[in-house]
Amino acid sequence: MKISICAALACSLIAATPAIAAPHQSAAIQVESGWIRWLPGDLPAAGYLTIRNSSNWELALVSEESPEYRNVMLHRSVEKNGVEHMEMVPRLTIPAHGSVAISPGNYHLMLMHARHALHPGDDVHMTLHFSDGEVVKTLLKVRLATQLN
Amino acid sequence: MAIFRQSFFFILICVALLTGCSNKTPSWQLDDVQGHLPDLKFTLTSDTGRTASEQDYRGKIVMLYFGYTHCPDVCPITMARLAAVMQKLGTSADNVRIVFVSVDPARDTPALLHRYVTAFDPHASGLTGAPDQIESLAKRYRVAYEAEKKNANGNYDVTHSSAVYIFDKDGHIRLLATPNSTIEAIVHDVQQLLQS
Repeated sequence: MKISICAALACSLIAATPAIAAPHQSAAIQVESGWIRWLPGDLPAAGYLTIRNSSNWELALVSEESPEYRNVMLHRSVEKNGVEHMEMVPRLTIPAHGSVAISPGNYHLMLMHARHALHPGDDVHMTLHFSDGEVVKTLLKVRLATQLN
Repeated sequence: MAIFRQSFFFILICVALLTGCSNKTPSWQLDDVQGHLPDLKFTLTSDTGRTASEQDYRGKIVMLYFGYTHCPDVCPITMARLAAVMQKLGTSADNVRIVFVSVDPARDTPALLHRYVTAFDPHASGLTGAPDQIESLAKRYRVAYEAEKKNANGNYDVTHSSAVYIFDKDGHIRLLATPNSTIEAIVHDVQQLLQS
């Protein structure tokens, strides 16, 4: 009886652990609607996507890279008193059960020095690193310069 | 009876004339800045490599924007929005021009500007020039811009005005479009300018 109770208790404890589970769940981050605005020559381009965090914890995007570009860095466009400027964003928090849109006029992945010529219709590989150690790979579709969103 | 009929027609004609004569004041959806800034006037180098002046745009509505080609987000989205305006104007767009003035003449050569502006609209113009020529035009419209510090790769950003300056066919400043202005509002007001 005692052993059974202990076993039952142990089992229920093990069953209860997911609530305090390790945060390395690959399903926590979903990335969608990724695209890049094509620009001619070797001009810096902007990448956009939406990041969803389905976990119970706030997570943060801490770095990003792409084999197609020598340099990728998250930036934010800021308008103040009619003047535009850009800020680097080394860390972007995504709230628990929330999402952040990296979208035109706001956050954008600044993509510099493409390793080879890219054209509308191409796919660009993007690797996103998060604060919990999660690594998410996604594809961004290259679109015409005239794409609005 | 004939007199009444004559009087009636006389009154009808008067009313018709008066209604026709009264100028309907146009309502603007963008910021009306008529008379608040000087007429369009400049000497710069166009994206075709030739010297350009405001005379090249007489007879056209001009949508003027100060930006730079190494700007990845705000400048392209503004140009894309202006291109969408041109699309919606249809054949009326023949009398409208997007004019992109570079605040980064060091990197924005005519050739690069040409590739850039035509990626958005085949009739768009790019303007560059000597730093003092750019400064002269920017000062005219109270546009602030500043090149930031170069990073390790030699790249740098340029802070710049967010507004689009809209001039009528005679080069008079009329309207300002901001990042909050909808494409529809710009189309509405440009159509109104085309009709006046």
